Amino acid sequence: MITVSNLTLRRGGSTVLDQIDLQIPDKGIVAIIGPNGAGKSTLLHSLAGLQKPDSGTVEIGGGDIHNMKEQDRAKVLSFLTQSQGAVPRLSVRDLISFGRWPHHRGRPTAEDRAIIDDAIDRFDLNALESREVESLSGGQKQRAYIAMAYAQSTPWMFLDEPLAALDPKYTRDIMDRLRGLKDRSILIVLHDLSVAANHADWVIGLKGGSVHCAGAWDEVITSETLSDLYEVRLRLTEVENQKTVIWG
Amino acid sequence: MAKRRLTYLALILIGVSAFFLFWNLRGPVGFILNLRAEKLATLIFVGAASGAATIVFQTVASNRLLTPGIVGFDALFIFIQTMAVMALGSAGFATLPALPKFLTETAVLTLFATALFGILFRTGARDVVRMILTGVILGTLLRALAGFAQRLLAPSEFAVLQQSLVASFNVIDDELIAPAGIALCVALAVCLWMARGLDVASLGRDKARTLGLHYDRFVFLALIVVSVMVSVSTALVGPVIFLGLLAASLAHAALKDHRHLVLIPAAALIGATILVTGQTAFERVFGLQSSLAIVVEFAGGLLFLALVLRRSS
Repeated sequence: MITVSNLTLRRGGSTVLDQIDLQIPDKGIVAIIGPNGAGKSTLLHSLAGLQKPDSGTVEIGGGDIHNMKEQDRAKVLSFLTQSQGAVPRLSVRDLISFGRWPHHRGRPTAEDRAIIDDAIDRFDLNALESREVESLSGGQKQRAYIAMAYAQSTPWMFLDEPLAALDPKYTRDIMDRLRGLKDRSILIVLHDLSVAANHADWVIGLKGGSVHCAGAWDEVITSETLSDLYEVRLRLTEVENQKTVIWG
Repeated sequence: MAKRRLTYLALILIGVSAFFLFWNLRGPVGFILNLRAEKLATLIFVGAASGAATIVFQTVASNRLLTPGIVGFDALFIFIQTMAVMALGSAGFATLPALPKFLTETAVLTLFATALFGILFRTGARDVVRMILTGVILGTLLRALAGFAQRLLAPSEFAVLQQSLVASFNVIDDELIAPAGIALCVALAVCLWMARGLDVASLGRDKARTLGLHYDRFVFLALIVVSVMVSVSTALVGPVIFLGLLAASLAHAALKDHRHLVLIPAAALIGATILVTGQTAFERVFGLQSSLAIVVEFAGGLLFLALVLRRSS
């Protein structure tokens, strides 16, 4: 469980996160949704300890994330950032190996190699493991980066818009694979509400830096909630047993 | 694969070094060998330090176009030399004891570089345009101040100053080689010790932090090491800005590898090989009719332009 108390963050005179109080359950997929500029990525960065708040605490893994050493934090959560730095000549296997860095600090053991092999298998990257990351398509690259986060073997995986610019095939592929990670808790920023509706167990709706709604998806999300959150008429409906969100 | 290529690079350096030492050896062999060995050590130290420092600097700056010298090292060196001549006069400057002068210059350059890199990286940072602009502005300011001061010098003082401003591998005080060598070897060893961390740092600040690297502290340490290497080299032979860029680019091309554990030694070997080969050619083929530093800077400058144009296209 992640316990967020009175989290406030200001930047350049404006309040980006305003007195956030949350208790985020572990296990399953927790989606952070909300309009552009609502503070979704900032919240994720702050929960991960990457942005220090002006006030408030984030309790995760038995301590305040902002008081943890980098190395300890890296054993509690892995983080997939929105944009990935390009490292020329880096192979997919080497990229995934970086996920083990917090554990081996550059000197991998047999156990580390076994975990890297498992990540490659689980994300179906065997055929690509020798390829350079820069030569992969957007979807393949994203799969490789998520495999790296998985190889970090942390109880929490934080993913900041991992589906941005992906086509429906890769979107479904990645969400199905994330769904299959039963032993991990996943906190994910999503823009596609239909994807969130079908895959999230829990949801945090952010608006103007404050929590608009939070809870189990089926309990808190309705057409009215979504319309109010995004300030446009939206309808939550079902087509052939798939939830979908349409204008309306 | 990478190990084999490193071995080839080491063999090439050994080969050109042997050629430099033993080719056309006549007269008092012991005396000439001693002279050549001192010059060879200087060339290897400076070349290796420039190559390794550039690889480390490019990683922490997340940009392969950069070289630590681009932020105005040459201008500061010119400024320090000019101020020294102005304060001490040509006779005083020429008779300065070599070791204290070298240590003072190294300390000033290191302090300047560490402060500048620290400020640039803390205030937003890995922005290549801002860094180059800052370097250009600071360089212009220091050059203008030095130029103004040079106008006040007597012709004899100006002549002494001119001699000290161009990088030279021909006249090295033997008293300086050992301390410079020790400092550069220690810095190189620290670079290799940091190599695995540099691999992680190359992923970017946020990614590196989430992998457990204390990024800001790590980068600051890396910048101190870079500052020491560039400062010692500059104080030893004078400013050589683009040698590191040449060595780093050739190391990337030769190894095709992202690991700093092989990139750093490769750039060091290539940097040393460029200088030893160039000096051999100038001394033995062209009869010292030109300056190695000028040619290296010309080639490195062309490479810099080519890289900028390739990236912008």
